[in-house]
Amino acid sequence: MIKAILIFNNHGKPRLSKFYQPYSEDTQQQIIRETFHLVSKRDENVCNFLEGGLLIGGSDNKLIYRHYATLYFVFCVDSSESELGILDLIQVFVETLDKCFENVCELDLIFHVDKVHNILAEMVMGGMVLETNMNEIVTQIDAQNKLEKSETFIFQSPRQDR
Amino acid sequence: MEVVNLQDLVRGIRNHKEDEAKYISQCIDEIKQELKQDNIAVKANAVCKLTYLQMLGYDISWAAFNIIEVMSASKFTFKRIGYLAASQSFHEGTDVIMLTTNQIRKDLSSPSQYDTGVALTGLSCFVTPDLARDLANDIMTLMSHTKPYIRKKAVLIMYKVFLKYPESLRPAFPRLKEKLEDPDPGVQSAAVNVICELARRNPKNYLSLAPLFFKLMTSSTNNWVLIKIIKLFGALTPLEPRLGKKLIEPLTNLIHSGISVLPPIPAPGEGVLVPRGPEWVSALAMVLTAVLTKLSVAVLISLSSGMPNHSASIQVRPSLGGDHGVPHLKYLGLLAMSKILKTHPKSVQSHKDLILQCLDDKDESIRLRALDLLYGMVSKKNLMEIVKKLMTHVDKAEGTTYRDELLTKIIDICSQSNYQYITNFEWYISILVELTRLEGTRHGHLIAAQMLDVAIRVKAIRKFAVSQMSALLDSAHLLASSTQRNGICEVLYAAAWICGEFSEHLQEPHHTLEAMLRPRVTTLPGHIQAVYVQNVVKLYASILQQKEQAGEAEGAQAVTQLMVDRLPQFVQSADLEVQERASCILQLVKHIQKLQAKDVPVAEEVSALFAGELNPVAPKAQKKVPVPEGLDLDAWINEPLSDSESEDERPRAVFHEEEQRRPKHRPSEADEEELARRREARKQEQANNPFYIKSSPSPQKRYQDTPGVEHIPVVQIDLSVPLKVPGLPMSDQYVKLEEERRHRQKLEKDKRRKKRKEKEKKGKRRHSSLPTESDEDIAPAQQVDIVTEEMPENALPSDEDDKDPNDPYRALDIDLDKPLADSEKLPIQKHRNTETSKSPEKDVPMVEKKSKKPKKKEKKHKQKERDKEKKKEKEKKKSPKPKKKKHRKEKEERTKGKKKSKKQPPGSEEAAGEPVQNGAPEEEQLPVRGTSAPPPRTCDIRGSLQEDSQVTVAIVLENRSSSILKGMELSVLDSLNARMARPQGSSVHDGVPVPFQLPPGVSNEAQYVFTIQSIVMAQKLKGTLSFIAKNDEGATHEKLDFRLHFSCSSYLITTPCYSDAFAKLLESGDLSMSSIKVDGIRMSFQNLLAKICFHHHFSVVERVDSCASMYSRSIQGHHVCLLVKKGENSVSVDGKCSDSTLLSNLLEEMKATLAKC
Repeated sequence: MIKAILIFNNHGKPRLSKFYQPYSEDTQQQIIRETFHLVSKRDENVCNFLEGGLLIGGSDNKLIYRHYATLYFVFCVDSSESELGILDLIQVFVETLDKCFENVCELDLIFHVDKVHNILAEMVMGGMVLETNMNEIVTQIDAQNKLEKSETFIFQSPRQDR
Repeated sequence: MEVVNLQDLVRGIRNHKEDEAKYISQCIDEIKQELKQDNIAVKANAVCKLTYLQMLGYDISWAAFNIIEVMSASKFTFKRIGYLAASQSFHEGTDVIMLTTNQIRKDLSSPSQYDTGVALTGLSCFVTPDLARDLANDIMTLMSHTKPYIRKKAVLIMYKVFLKYPESLRPAFPRLKEKLEDPDPGVQSAAVNVICELARRNPKNYLSLAPLFFKLMTSSTNNWVLIKIIKLFGALTPLEPRLGKKLIEPLTNLIHSGISVLPPIPAPGEGVLVPRGPEWVSALAMVLTAVLTKLSVAVLISLSSGMPNHSASIQVRPSLGGDHGVPHLKYLGLLAMSKILKTHPKSVQSHKDLILQCLDDKDESIRLRALDLLYGMVSKKNLMEIVKKLMTHVDKAEGTTYRDELLTKIIDICSQSNYQYITNFEWYISILVELTRLEGTRHGHLIAAQMLDVAIRVKAIRKFAVSQMSALLDSAHLLASSTQRNGICEVLYAAAWICGEFSEHLQEPHHTLEAMLRPRVTTLPGHIQAVYVQNVVKLYASILQQKEQAGEAEGAQAVTQLMVDRLPQFVQSADLEVQERASCILQLVKHIQKLQAKDVPVAEEVSALFAGELNPVAPKAQKKVPVPEGLDLDAWINEPLSDSESEDERPRAVFHEEEQRRPKHRPSEADEEELARRREARKQEQANNPFYIKSSPSPQKRYQDTPGVEHIPVVQIDLSVPLKVPGLPMSDQYVKLEEERRHRQKLEKDKRRKKRKEKEKKGKRRHSSLPTESDEDIAPAQQVDIVTEEMPENALPSDEDDKDPNDPYRALDIDLDKPLADSEKLPIQKHRNTETSKSPEKDVPMVEKKSKKPKKKEKKHKQKERDKEKKKEKEKKKSPKPKKKKHRKEKEERTKGKKKSKKQPPGSEEAAGEPVQNGAPEEEQLPVRGTSAPPPRTCDIRGSLQEDSQVTVAIVLENRSSSILKGMELSVLDSLNARMARPQGSSVHDGVPVPFQLPPGVSNEAQYVFTIQSIVMAQKLKGTLSFIAKNDEGATHEKLDFRLHFSCSSYLITTPCYSDAFAKLLESGDLSMSSIKVDGIRMSFQNLLAKICFHHHFSVVERVDSCASMYSRSIQGHHVCLLVKKGENSVSVDGKCSDSTLLSNLLEEMKATLAKC
């Protein structure tokens, strides 16, 4: 099971937080801070697995993360997940984001966190891996975007924020 | 007002870096305004912004209701926003979450796969036990949906449902198993995922699936599925050794095929956003998992066949040693080793040097893994060496976290399995003492606990321990850190206790006593001072004894004087415990002083205070004391006083207690007079009391002698003690000593052996020249006697208390191979979903809507029945007061009719006229929910039994229109037999108000009590619900007719009955008999019985082949016995009941049910 998925930048600003166990808003912020603290102090060329997050998890859990340019992608998982498998999943996630946003960068995540959530929802559901095939994920996202477009918007501003 | 969207909000926050909080609170105010608007698009936008603010740490639970509104929007765009917000902010404590049940159910059955998908995704995050119970059946249906997109989501979410509602596991399992062979790989992967999660917790229940998974493993090409399956087999093989042999070959194949696709391994932490394809990682992951599983399997086989197998270690080595440049693999290699260690420790132990080397790694993850491994690797032989290595790391370590981790690991390693690996406890004590020099550790308490434990349980070490502890007490460095909580000063707690308790071993007790009475001690935390005070007396007692035995009366008096001089510093303590103990002891010592002045020997009596030895008691000992037979711990010893009395008493008691407490805090000299007066009074009283046994006369002047605080001479003590603790032996010395000792021991042994060998005949060669000594050869340095912790006599040997009763996975430990019992069906029966488009009413409003007024709101009322599991029958003797705890009773009611805002449409009368047969819900025709029909309003009605002739009807009202419903009143036309319980003073024709309002899309439940005179016949009651529908265009008053149908079956309560009681009942002869026969039944007997149990509330007493006896009881206590026989194509039911009318009516109802089978 995946317990939480966090994306934050090099300064610890959250760009996406998805908790699959209930925590209060305060605890969530503490977890994000603690995780950032743990992950950011690690060198670039050490392994991407980390044990010992005190707030989230306990002994069975570990943090698996990847650092891309300005962003950290952190998955907190328990022992039923394969470490390398999750690293792979993060890669799939990032590549999917890249396809959906066309050359994804941090700004895309800042302004379209809802879309990132929707993409993530096609990959992980309630803490369990739903789909790992990128083409399938992109197909479903495209179909939903089409459906969204077909519904008229009253308030949507025409600007495109990039 | 200009509506700001999410992007504007984000931009705004970025532009207000200085006053972000202020800006956001402004935004929240705007959002609150937007949520008040009726435009759903505006609302959705507001909720979308709230979701963003939630991520920033703002509480949005106040908007839960608005989130539900957005969830129930018809447009997918909005719905998705609503569900996302719900998944981010809802949890089990969210009170409005129960309002979502019907909305989610509607979305689950939506024709659009994305509506369903978004509902499933959302639900997976906030499912509660109630939602799981109510929706389990709907989700189960979705598992066989035509679209794989829905199927995979439905399969996956079932795991969450199982966790929240374990009863659903057995009914759903067959279908889940089926999905393992789904043609769609996504669905298959989801099913594997769910079963692996389940099996991880309770593997033994899933052994029977092994062949299926075996097939999947050899056929699947999806690395994700393979990883999961291999992991599953890893959990299964220990339970079924035969499995291991079969697995070796396919696992080897997988490893080879996996390695062949492996591209060169990239370095971790690549900075580019999109590097290479993902295949390598998943392939590698799969290979590694396979290698691991193969190893553990191989090890298992070797163990079972008794052959030594060293290949395991050889195979792990490359992944650890060969790829030094790849930290990922190093980490995983260590992880793998810790798994192998459990089954095959020897092969890992040979890599000790490699693992110790990893302690120098710059990566903390790898260091921690290595530490973890060391724990399992120690033996008597290498313990000292490993700990020595760790100690050097402690010195080097940067950062307190890692150092603390090292410290706890050292203690864990040494103390594991009852100090099994420690051969020299002096060495261990000195290690502990060395650890006390760590600054800033959080584990002072841990070290203290170890010291105490060792000193108490290893008797031989006490002398040494005491000498070390007295040195600790004497040193100043520990006192220095006293400001820190749980810091290293905790060690003094242990040191003081050990020196006091085992004071007979002290070499210079007087010196230690002085160390414990230094003024600096008062800076220690209260609980430590308290222990100091207590142990000072123990020490004092033993000194006194020594002196008296030696005849040094002056020495003894000097010690007493020291006590009298120094104790007052503790009397002043702010800590109550210290104060109290010090005051008591001070008085005691003063008393002794007086006795000493008269040359009375006191040492005997003083030491008697601390006579006897304290034995270690196991932490669980108390829990394990068996409760003696016949002892009822819950029974009152004295009946509690009645409420009114205790209320009077409480304030008095409080007052009383206060009065008692106050004098304690006063300085003693303040009320000297008062005390003297009281003492006089008491003496007087005692003198007059013939039953009072007077104590021997002794000088009672202590109160007068109490010196004032000012008189205490403050002694200045020179504290310039060097920080290096003098006289503490270094643990390193012990290592050397121990090595020498072992060497000597070995030599001696060899000598002895040689002698023996010489004596023996030369032909017999022994392998005495073994290069290494085994663990058993090392004898401990001291003859240690590790006292085991005491357990009560006849303690229960159960280990149950080790398990966490709150473990959610324990509930899922369910035997899945057992056939499904009747009682285990999901509470919401299939008809809920299948009930269906046959409804005639459905078309009416639609036609009207289209042809006449397309914008007009319409409400349709329909009713469904809901079956509730019934609990055991209530005893009739219960008090006549209405009880809160009701027995749920199935009952159903049908409300029908629909109406438009202005007038009753034609045909509604007709619709309202159809009562539904109880117990035959499959036939019930209900309007379709939610699809293309306009939102109707439903009444879900269920009944619950309250009194023996009262029935509670729970009516669930759901507003499916877009108006707010207010002022709802329910009026029911009473019959002779059944009456509605109304508030006092209201007439039969008055309506009973519904205690809530209903905003659109919301449902709520109201309960009404009905009194039934006779239950032998079915009842129908007519009723009307009137309400005011309010929307933008104004308010209209509307009415809705419905009917309540109380069938005879609904008066029955499932009651278990044993076959002997059943036989007695039949023999008694006072039951009348009747029977029916139904032809053309194709359903299996099992299902048939299930149907009768379910719809008519019977329980199966006994079943023999195609014949079963069943029993039930009515709420008025009628016994109903059935004998059900299945023939070729028919079923006959013979019934016996204490009331013949009831029986015939019941059988009629049953006939109707069976006719549909």
